[in-house]
Amino acid sequence: MTDAAAPRRLRVLAAMSGGVDSAVAAARAAEAGHDVTGVHLALSENPTSFRTGARGCCTIEDSHDARRAADVIGIPFYVWDLAERFREDVVEDFIAEYEAGRTPNPCLRCNEKIKFAALLDKALALGFDAVCTGHYAQVVLREDGSRELHRATDMAKDQSYVLGVLDDRQLAHAMFPLGDTPTTKTEIREEAARRGLFVAKKPDSHDICFIADGDTQGFLAKRLGSAEGDIVDESGTKLGTHEGAYGFTIGQRKGLRIGTPAADGKPRYVLDISPVNNTVTVGPVESLDVTALTAIKPRWCGRPPADGPAVYTAQLRAHGGETEVTAEVVGEELRVSFTEPVRGVAPGQAVVLYDGTRVVGSATIATTRRAASVA
Amino acid sequence: MVYLDHAATTPMLPEAVQAMTAQLTVTGNASSLHAAGRRARRTVEEARESLAASLGARPSEVVFTAGGTEADNLAVKGLYWSRRAADPARTRILVSPVEHHAVLDAVEWLAEQEGATVDWLPVDQYGRVHAEALREAIARNPADVALATVMWANNEIGTVQPIRELAEVAREFAIPLHADAVQAVGQLDVDFAASGLAAMTVSGHKIGGPYGIGALLLGREHAPVPVLHGGGQERHVRSGTLDTPAIAAFAAAGRHAVAHREEFAREIGTLRDDLIKAVKAAAPDAVLGGDPDPAGRLPANAHFTFPGCEGDSLLLLLDAQGIACSTGSACTAGVAQPSHVLLATGMSQDLARGTLRFSLGHTSTAQDVAALAEVIGPVVERARGAGLS
Repeated sequence: MTDAAAPRRLRVLAAMSGGVDSAVAAARAAEAGHDVTGVHLALSENPTSFRTGARGCCTIEDSHDARRAADVIGIPFYVWDLAERFREDVVEDFIAEYEAGRTPNPCLRCNEKIKFAALLDKALALGFDAVCTGHYAQVVLREDGSRELHRATDMAKDQSYVLGVLDDRQLAHAMFPLGDTPTTKTEIREEAARRGLFVAKKPDSHDICFIADGDTQGFLAKRLGSAEGDIVDESGTKLGTHEGAYGFTIGQRKGLRIGTPAADGKPRYVLDISPVNNTVTVGPVESLDVTALTAIKPRWCGRPPADGPAVYTAQLRAHGGETEVTAEVVGEELRVSFTEPVRGVAPGQAVVLYDGTRVVGSATIATTRRAASVA
Repeated sequence: MVYLDHAATTPMLPEAVQAMTAQLTVTGNASSLHAAGRRARRTVEEARESLAASLGARPSEVVFTAGGTEADNLAVKGLYWSRRAADPARTRILVSPVEHHAVLDAVEWLAEQEGATVDWLPVDQYGRVHAEALREAIARNPADVALATVMWANNEIGTVQPIRELAEVAREFAIPLHADAVQAVGQLDVDFAASGLAAMTVSGHKIGGPYGIGALLLGREHAPVPVLHGGGQERHVRSGTLDTPAIAAFAAAGRHAVAHREEFAREIGTLRDDLIKAVKAAAPDAVLGGDPDPAGRLPANAHFTFPGCEGDSLLLLLDAQGIACSTGSACTAGVAQPSHVLLATGMSQDLARGTLRFSLGHTSTAQDVAALAEVIGPVVERARGAGLS
């Protein structure tokens, strides 16, 4: 049984981005009989007036769209300014992580620090019982009163990965009305149209909301400046130069701009980023194979795992596939070994562990062990 | 609903509704020469005469606009342009920092785009400009002043400005003084001729008239450069077909507001004092904003700061209880910014975030105040728990 189906009438704060998912989620919560108030989070300190393409979620137009959806649903609506918190907890963290040679996931950080922390805390203090979002995931209430986070019924839409940072208390106040119905995006759009929500036809948002033009490298260059460094192969031979190691992600193939082709003629991938000496190491795809990793700052969705190694499935990036792992908590660290080697594992990303459809928890990848070791 | 936001807009008076609806079904452009046009013209001119009488002006001094914002823009930009055209040295604007954004942003636009220099007039803790401060600002170089603009009464904290004294100083130096009197009409004795102002902004929907109509009262010797060019209506200062129904209703509301002003101000002042007492009793650390002396503030205005609270939170919680009020500050995309008025009075950023403005009007009752008194204590407590995000 999910909270959304609970008979009790809850005071619900619906986070409304101006997009179709959160609008339908708010509408479903209201239809279920809850006392729903819509809130749009102003996360940009200098919002632009209009959306450009499918990016961004913080324009004045998005705020207007959210307001119109709330009007149609018939719920009160406010805009809350969380731009300062967002800048401190998400944007600055994003930049610092890249600067350290890691690849952060800002959506996950936003859920952890903003939607289910700053927003949730304020909501609870103001007398709300729950925060409702348009995420595709399920909160399951167990008989003992504890809660579990599960993948959405429709695996193709599942967003439990970016919610894997939520703890028991956060889950207790989370409501995801879209997660427990097998609904395709087309059906959500049809439902929005049927409900008179004109955001039904609004394009999906992609990429990182605070980088409106989608140019992550340009964004980072502006903040971190450029610093020329070497691109080397696994033996340390210089192959070219780059404008800043932070501009790369492990597993990246495009945009390396190496003049000479590899001896074997095969494409080369980013294997390692070393911010200390500003060096990017590239090599063949096989060298990307990772057999194990360690991850820090574990957070458990509900009950923590039992002691000792156990078999789980793991997801290593948003929209990534599942892979079988053996994982064990050792001290403050999560140690994960893969049954089959996996490619393109980037420190900074989250590893989210699943037991079937249940989210066990998540941790931030700190180090990886390669099948073929990198020099 | 308990409506305590009359300074935002107040319900239309029955006589204004009647005057407006009577005109809505009648055809005629007041600029046309035929009988239908003459009929409309007559309605407009009678309304102009009536409004002029209500506000102590001559009919020829009434320039109808599409509201207070347009009248403010016309006064500030138009007088700046005409004064500068007459003497290129005149590029300095003297302005209080507590103005409505319609004045503030127009002044800032002139500074950014038209080479104006802005002299912010100092204000005291209540946001009041003293005559001596204006004199000092002018005396720095009387020859380079284009205009001065100080609102008659503040829309947020209700502080009344010594307009006559200020106008006297301006007059000494032959500098035009404009005042935004949108909040003052109907609550204070607003007499254009006696005020000594060069220009004065008034608005329809703040006094029980319709939206979208206002006027700039403009001394006959002033010819501001138009903001809107077109058919040459309104002394060639403000082109555009005259809105006969709205103008008729505006005049009707003006008649009522001025005729009943003294009685209204007395009664609403008593109710406002009750509201202040009730809020202070329920939330003892609430701080009354603006001038505590009733003679120095609008009788329908009560403004509070609730330390440790976010104005947004207070508004949401009161709204959920069916009570409508305002944080009193301007919004950017719905996001409340700390009020420039409060910051100008020397209040800290954090305190300035926790404000509410309650404004009473002709439909306000003791029950409204009682309803607020009942919930304000717990609301403040809860908002304080949510803190400053």
